[in-house]
Amino acid sequence: MRRWRRLLSLLALLSIWQAVAGYVLPSRSPDAATLLPPPTAVVGAFIDLLKNGVILSDAAASLHRIVIGFALAAAAGILAGAVMGWWPAIGRLVDPLVEFLRPIPPMAWIPLGLLWFGIGDAQNIFIIFLGAVYPIVINTYTGVRGVERTLVWAAQTLGGRRWQILCEIVLPGAFPLILTGLRIGLGVGWMALVAAELVGASSGLGFLIEDSRNLLFTERVLLGMVVIGLLGFLMDQVMRVAQRRLVAWAER
Amino acid sequence: MASLDINDVTKFYALRDGQRFEALGCVNLSIGEGEFVSIVGPSGCGKSSLLRIVAGLEEPSGGEVVFDGIAVAGPSSRRGMVFQEYALPPWKTVAQNVELGLKFRGVPPKERAQIAQRYITLVGLQGFEHRYPRELSGGMRQRCALARTLANDPDLLLMDEPFAAVDAQTREILQEELLKIWGGHLTPQRRKMVLFVTHSIDEAIFLSDRVVVMSSRPGIIKEVFTNPLPRPRADESRSSPVFLEARDHLWGQLKSETLKAISQAVED
Amino acid sequence: MGGAMKLLLPAVLVAIWQYVSAWSPLAPGLVHALPPPSAVVRDAWTLLLNGELPQDAGISALRLLAGFVAAAVVAVPLGFGVALWPLFDDVVDPIVEYLRPIPPPAWIPLGILWFGVGDVQNVFILALGVFFPAILNTIEGVRRVDRTLIAAVLTLGGGPADVIREIVIPAALPLVITGLRIGLGVGWGALIAAELLAARSGLGFMVQSARFAFDTPRMLTGMIAIGLLGLAMDVLMRAVQRHWLNWSLATP
Repeated sequence: MRRWRRLLSLLALLSIWQAVAGYVLPSRSPDAATLLPPPTAVVGAFIDLLKNGVILSDAAASLHRIVIGFALAAAAGILAGAVMGWWPAIGRLVDPLVEFLRPIPPMAWIPLGLLWFGIGDAQNIFIIFLGAVYPIVINTYTGVRGVERTLVWAAQTLGGRRWQILCEIVLPGAFPLILTGLRIGLGVGWMALVAAELVGASSGLGFLIEDSRNLLFTERVLLGMVVIGLLGFLMDQVMRVAQRRLVAWAER
Repeated sequence: MASLDINDVTKFYALRDGQRFEALGCVNLSIGEGEFVSIVGPSGCGKSSLLRIVAGLEEPSGGEVVFDGIAVAGPSSRRGMVFQEYALPPWKTVAQNVELGLKFRGVPPKERAQIAQRYITLVGLQGFEHRYPRELSGGMRQRCALARTLANDPDLLLMDEPFAAVDAQTREILQEELLKIWGGHLTPQRRKMVLFVTHSIDEAIFLSDRVVVMSSRPGIIKEVFTNPLPRPRADESRSSPVFLEARDHLWGQLKSETLKAISQAVED
Repeated sequence: MGGAMKLLLPAVLVAIWQYVSAWSPLAPGLVHALPPPSAVVRDAWTLLLNGELPQDAGISALRLLAGFVAAAVVAVPLGFGVALWPLFDDVVDPIVEYLRPIPPPAWIPLGILWFGVGDVQNVFILALGVFFPAILNTIEGVRRVDRTLIAAVLTLGGGPADVIREIVIPAALPLVITGLRIGLGVGWGALIAAELLAARSGLGFMVQSARFAFDTPRMLTGMIAIGLLGLAMDVLMRAVQRHWLNWSLATP
């Protein structure tokens, strides 16, 4: 019942949008019509860009970058967080550096990234990395330090060496928090990628919406936003499912 | 021939205001082959701390623990420990938990599974090999933890209030099973040494050869009581005159210390 | 001693950076890519004295304040509405759920079309960044209010207005503030992205225009200023949380 009411309110919203953008705005002035094309125009743009393959190639370019950037951030972040958490002396040394750099949002690195890497994949991946890595490092660090003391003690009295305990006890114990860090990092990385593509790319969904804006193809801007949101949503869902499946033991 | 000597062990912690928090006074204790020794004492007397020092998980502030003629310098699989909180990683099944120590020591997988199965059967957990800890009752979890420690075949078994978190009925059953597994009916040469920390005087009398009574903080040994209760022991032992007499005596020793501990807690 | 340890690694890294960029054989090649810290400090000092840095920082801070207040004023009451009245839940909640996955930077091209280049567009993007964490945490905060507390007020003779004033608002407040704090972080990053693309002032613009002028010390000065301002705001929000809500331990 609740579901239907919510679907109804969404349909009502789309209808209002269609009525305003399809009839009210064009009757005022052609300029106003370019500001907000109706949903039907967005669907039309979708069909056009699907036919000429633009939307697929731009989505593929963005996904390619996020996969590489995220994988690098995950590898570096988990490694750094684990080392910092398991060897407290290193943690105390490195933690301030993380705390100094973290407040600089990934978007603020974009111009420097452009200077270093030029326009294209390398710059975009660099920015994704910067967006994703901090949540992963911090969650891994917190997770490793938060593993129950008695579990480590028990492993020690069972004859576990330090690295054995790290692999068998500490990392699995920190795994729920590591996954949370990965999920947050993926979201931040995706956001950072869009920003990076707006400024410094010649392909990808961020480039698509900025390029379409220059050409006043507002329906393509809206379409690009929808696809960005949809892909972001799907990636988050995948991470949530992974979280539920992989750490079922953590649920009470 | 294993032996354990605790020589002049003390433990204190440095507090933030520069003062010392004394947890353990000066403790001396020797445990012979095949002996089951319990430590009772009021909360905060440092008995758990003492056990962790023997395990090598904590360093004493003074003195030393000598095991088999060698000073303890860190944890070892020859000194196995069972914890009150079970300490079972929740992502490992019963079988994986019992195999853990063997895995650490590099026993090949096939042999590992065989040994683990033997100990799972010994503690009565057959049929639960592939269950996760959260699917088990408190008593079953502690059986699993015991099997895990025994699978390593340690010379010394350290038990830190292992049955404190299970209900009273299960607790008595677990005590009897522990004695059976340990070998109350065997000659001392064929038993393991056990150092068992508990709150419960009854538990200490039922299980052990000697009962060590500790004072309130900083903990020192107030009395070492040689338990006259004959072995093998069974349910009836709990109501025998010898048992009741021992209990009266130990409670007399412990009560004043417990009162002191309570007033200490109020001051803190 | 702890404080000195904290600065050790950053200080060592800055020293290495200074050596490599200023005195090592590599230095001539790094003039543009990575000027030494001394050059950055000199530049920051100049920009501080001639008032350019305070001006751009002030403009960004004003945009931040305007967008933050606007988003908070809309998101918090709306969040209470969604959590308390089914009608709001049916109408507003689906819209929030569908728009939420679109990251704020993806709104920038549309924002430029709607509002042009400048303050309104920048504030719009920032407000979007603040809005979603703020409303979601508000909804969650209100929904988590302990039912027995409400029952207690009703049995003491209070009416619905008393319940909201005495129980719901204070009990939800910790999560509301948490949402605003998270939103402030997201919004700050989004504002920088918006200023990179569509502004003629502000710290994001300063960094981007420095890139066009190949003035790398200025870029780094801008980035550091962005980080410091972001950090200062977070510290402020945490202080607010601690001071006024020290009865609550809610830090999810």
